[in-house]
Amino acid sequence: MTDKFRIAIVGSGPAGLSAAAHAAKIGVSHILLEKTDHLSDTIYRYQKKKYVMAAPPQLVLRADVGFEAGYRETILDVWNQGVAAAGANVRYNAEVKAVTGEKGDFTLTLTNGDTVRAETIVMAIGLQGNPNLMRCPGGDLPHVQYQLDDPTEYIDEHIFVIGAGDAGIENALGLAADPAQANVVGIVNRSADFSRAKDANVANLMNARDAGRVSTFTEASPSKVEPGWITLELPDGETRLRCDRIIARLGASAPRKFVESMGIEFSSASKDAYPKLTPNLETTAPGIYVIGALAGYPLIKNCMNQGHDVVEFINGNIGLAPADEPFLAKKLQHLPGEKSVSEWAEFLRDKVEILNGLSLLQMREYLVDSEVRFYRTDEVIFEKNSIGSSLFGIASGSVKVEINPKDPSITVPIGTGSIFGEVGLISGRRRGATIRAAEDTIAIEIPRKLALALRASVQEARETIERITTERGILQIFGSGLSPADIRDVLAKAEVKEIKPGEAIIREGEENYDIFIIRRGSMLVEREIAGKPVFLSYIPAGQVTGEMALVEGGRRIATVRAAVRSEVIRLDGNLFRVLLNRKPELVARLRSDMSSRRKINEFLEQQKGSITGVLDYYNSVARFLVEQGVGEATDVLLIDERLCVGCDNCEKACADSHDGISRLDREAGRTYANLHVPTSCRHCEHPHCMTDCGPNAIHRGPDGEVFIDDTCIACGNCERFCPYGVIRMEKVPPKKPGLIPWLLFGAGPGPGEPDDAWKVAHAGHGSSQKKATKCDMCSGKKGGPACVRACPTGAAIRVSPENFLSVALLDRGRE
Amino acid sequence: MAKQVRQANRSDVRKHEGFLRDGNFRWLWVALALCATSIAAYVMIDAEPRPRGGTMYGYIMGTIGALLIVWLSLFGIRKRVITSGVYSLKAWLSAHVYLGLSLLVIGTLHAGLHFGWNVHTLAYGLMVLVIVSGMFGAYAYAVLPRELSLNRGETTQRQWLETIRSLDAQLREAAQPLDRAEADIVRLSTEQTDISGSLLNRLTGQYPNCSTQRAINELARIHRSTPRGSNASLDQVDALLKRKQETLAQARRNIRIKSLLQIWLYIHVPVTFALLAALTAHIISVFFYW
Ligand SMILES: Cc1cc2nc3c(=O)[nH]c(=O)nc-3n(C[C@H](O)[C@H](O)[C@H](O)COP(=O)(O)OP(=O)(O)OC[C@H]3O[C@@H](n4cnc5c(N)ncnc54)[C@H](O)[C@@H]3O)c2cc1C
Ligand code: HEM
Ligand code: HEM
Ligand code: SF4
Ligand code: SF4
Ligand code: SF4
Repeated sequence: MTDKFRIAIVGSGPAGLSAAAHAAKIGVSHILLEKTDHLSDTIYRYQKKKYVMAAPPQLVLRADVGFEAGYRETILDVWNQGVAAAGANVRYNAEVKAVTGEKGDFTLTLTNGDTVRAETIVMAIGLQGNPNLMRCPGGDLPHVQYQLDDPTEYIDEHIFVIGAGDAGIENALGLAADPAQANVVGIVNRSADFSRAKDANVANLMNARDAGRVSTFTEASPSKVEPGWITLELPDGETRLRCDRIIARLGASAPRKFVESMGIEFSSASKDAYPKLTPNLETTAPGIYVIGALAGYPLIKNCMNQGHDVVEFINGNIGLAPADEPFLAKKLQHLPGEKSVSEWAEFLRDKVEILNGLSLLQMREYLVDSEVRFYRTDEVIFEKNSIGSSLFGIASGSVKVEINPKDPSITVPIGTGSIFGEVGLISGRRRGATIRAAEDTIAIEIPRKLALALRASVQEARETIERITTERGILQIFGSGLSPADIRDVLAKAEVKEIKPGEAIIREGEENYDIFIIRRGSMLVEREIAGKPVFLSYIPAGQVTGEMALVEGGRRIATVRAAVRSEVIRLDGNLFRVLLNRKPELVARLRSDMSSRRKINEFLEQQKGSITGVLDYYNSVARFLVEQGVGEATDVLLIDERLCVGCDNCEKACADSHDGISRLDREAGRTYANLHVPTSCRHCEHPHCMTDCGPNAIHRGPDGEVFIDDTCIACGNCERFCPYGVIRMEKVPPKKPGLIPWLLFGAGPGPGEPDDAWKVAHAGHGSSQKKATKCDMCSGKKGGPACVRACPTGAAIRVSPENFLSVALLDRGRE
Repeated sequence: MAKQVRQANRSDVRKHEGFLRDGNFRWLWVALALCATSIAAYVMIDAEPRPRGGTMYGYIMGTIGALLIVWLSLFGIRKRVITSGVYSLKAWLSAHVYLGLSLLVIGTLHAGLHFGWNVHTLAYGLMVLVIVSGMFGAYAYAVLPRELSLNRGETTQRQWLETIRSLDAQLREAAQPLDRAEADIVRLSTEQTDISGSLLNRLTGQYPNCSTQRAINELARIHRSTPRGSNASLDQVDALLKRKQETLAQARRNIRIKSLLQIWLYIHVPVTFALLAALTAHIISVFFYW
């Protein structure tokens, strides 16, 4: 093919196919290049019958191909027809592997060697990336494959699965499931254990191995592939084995390298960074545009709109107002001052320091999910101890922070351009102080997830947030005793450090006066008593540690180590001593703050001979709980198995108060010294589940609970990210008959979660849409957690670690 | 943005106490006070001609008793209706246990220690039966959970069932090379194992007819003639059977303790219904004779 296209679109996901359809519609010469032999591989590979959501609801779709919420199959049909009807020029089996040339004359080289020429390029390759390849000699032979569509297809073969992540294990088990297929299946794992996979998968694999259905090779790697044979490198040498087929499941590499090779710059080195874009979606490589998930827009509707818009832009319609215009106009209309959406975007970006680094396009995107508010003088913006993790930026006016809860008249000002609310952003904890508007103020409230993305991707924003949080952290901890001027020197030498779990930041007996502010994670304090480290207390994020030695002088009297991966700010103790010498009142106050801690220490010192038994118990239980994630929890369900009669009333109550699905699995989970940690959400301080939720459906609620709202699209990311396995993908079961009919006539399945058979038999009355379901701490229920209320014996309790990992355990040990 | 401020987490460590000591034995004190007042009144009030259900004092005690019984019976509903209000089933159970026990005093004083062969005494007898079964239940609730926990360790019932199923599959495969008679022995275990057994089995924890045990015994008999190690498949089957037997024993211990924790309810609840009926009859009859 020698003729040159106006636009070459790479990737036929929702973004790419919408671009092609629009180009066809308005008669722009184009070609849509797709790696696979069908459209939209990402959606094609969703599980069968997956219900695809059309979020966000406010956004109107402006594409030439239809899209509304529905089953995967329906959507793919609509797209196939839409693309054909529009007359788009699609080339399948055309994977682009290199791009050369410049705007006006690009050459795209395909893996099969063909080339395509185009004036402009639209990259819409999504984020799925390419599977990692087998590197050893023979790795490119045809019997090496990277996907397994139907394990029942292969009969009587010697098959090796390389890579023991979940995908590899599931493939191996699938191939070996039916003995009638008579496959000889082996799985090759580079490390000694199977730590990368889910426990359930590993357990199944071990069973299959014990039953002789699958052979496992650990600390092994393939060194050579020949037709009919594979050579494995084992700890005790090489071995050559029969092998008819190789399934390589080695993970996927992100497409970033490929994209960068085209001269496209990303906004930062961080993993979550996206390519730098102009408002017209053009990259730093002129003539190359990026849209869709690759541009940082994961929702299908956004992707399709961008496909439409990018073609308009390339076609010269630069002034096209984005699809979010009416929505944003409505959102901003209540603000004083008649400004257009773009004027507001520009105003906010220029005024608020952390937003300075954004493009106007990005700023618009931030506006969609943020709120811009106007506050009158003295209006409360948020109150101390309220839950909230969003970040505020002041665009005009200023606010005042009430630093002394007893006397609201003592305030500290924060001026235009600065931010507040950053503490909750980093630690996920409650608001530390009440903040009011000091004058008429316009502020933008950025949700946590967006703010984190901002911090990760924009250098200036990161530095500003870092600087402000450290300064505020110090001032907050030392209360009204210090002013920003006092701590300037200390601040200049402050250092943010990542601490690995178990690593000590302070060691008992050492002579050192540094102070640490725990920014995220949590710490355990322990002392050596009778030759053994004894757990003293737990310090959650937001607290300071190490000040005792500073104030009292002398050596460190305890060791402080990280319970989970943490981040601390280290402040130079010597500088601090100079500072404190000038502030005797502050020292006196700190001393009195520490009296309770000193008492515990004295108590331990006196008792150490007589209570070692209790301490041993206390110690080991505390360690167990920390291992179970209690150290990063804010509220966790525990079951005292000295009291639990196994009636499962807790599960039934949870199901009955939550759409018929129990959010806790009582029996599962670990147990130590009769203390059982069931499978139920810990409401982590830094919820892992929030890591990658497309529609941003996971939030922290008013009681500190982490909950998932109705915009969940059931992509399963949260389920994968939660290390405690507490999220289930479930449909809402059909409605049960009431209690009276059940009591009298045995109608329906009775209290609790109905069993699967009943659900199937009565399907049709419930919702067919799966949703991520997890404990919401019974938010909004007056009586609090139903599981705890409904436990007849008092076995089920919900605790927060800072309360429970302390005296409560000592008491238990005494009984 | 200014959200309603709630201070504490929803969790509360101070509530970490069992049902018997709920609220520092609050309901024990209430029940004791109730009994003490009733006894004091019984001694002080000079009922004519002598203390009986028909006196003023008798009516008051009878009414208190009847109300208590109705309230105690409602526990079954409370347990199953999950409302969002502030209540604690543990506090309910605590009150249930102590006030239930106080009925022994109240009922007895109501009748003025006067019994006969009539529907009145029937009601009384049923009440005592319910209370005695309740006492067993409370005792079981207080002591058995530790055993349950100890036996269970970190495994779950679902896992035992899965382990047994997987062992069965392995047994079937391992039995392939065996001869007919030996394979039949294995089939005894894979096809006829009844995990939970009869009620008697469950309560005693004894399973004298366990088919897996029988299979093990039979194999041991064969093994006596064939030396160990000479038949690899037989050894493997033997090992698998023993593992299955261990898992079965663990599952059955769990079943036994759980049965003990429940069995008394099969007296407690039906007799409650009988009691309610007898009580109704009692109340109607006394008004009828009046
Ligand atoms: C399990 C799951 C569930 C989801 N559910 C929803 C939902 O319900 N609602 C929603 O709005 N979003 C959902 N998403 C997100 C959504 O699917 C993606 O964000 C969206 O598909 C991104 O579209 P895209 O066009 O940018 O890229 P993709 O859809 O990823 O398409 C990229 C295409 O490019 C092709 N390609 C890649 N590299 C090359 C190359 N070098 N040369 C040629 N072609 C190439 C690929 O084969 C693929 O067809 C979900 C995602 C997942 C993983
Ligand atoms: C509203 C509640 C009640 C009323 C009005 C009531 C009334 C009476 C009366 C009038 C008598 C005297 C009958 C007679 O002497 O022939 C009586 C006796 C008795 N009542 Fe009740 N009663 C009530 C509740 C109860 C309860 C809760 C119990 C215990 C379960 C109970 C057990 C008895 C017994 C054992 C006697 C003695 C029977 C006898 O003398 O042979 N009553 N009651
Ligand atoms: C006349 C008096 C009593 C009546 C009518 C009564 C009735 C009931 C009822 C209806 C239940 C509900 C059972 C279920 O639905 O599962 C129950 C449960 C129970 N009762 Fe009683 N009861 C009485 C006295 C007692 C006493 C004296 C005790 C203890 C000393 C006791 C201990 C219990 C216990 C432990 C439970 C089980 C709680 C649970 O598992 O949820 N009861 N009782
Ligand atoms: S779902 Fe998992 S990751 Fe999320 S808060 Fe709960 S325990 Fe933590
Ligand atoms: S707190 Fe509520 S939602 Fe969470 S496990 Fe308990 S009953 Fe279920
Ligand atoms: S309700 Fe309480 S006693 Fe019953 S199973 Fe749950 S924790 Fe155990």
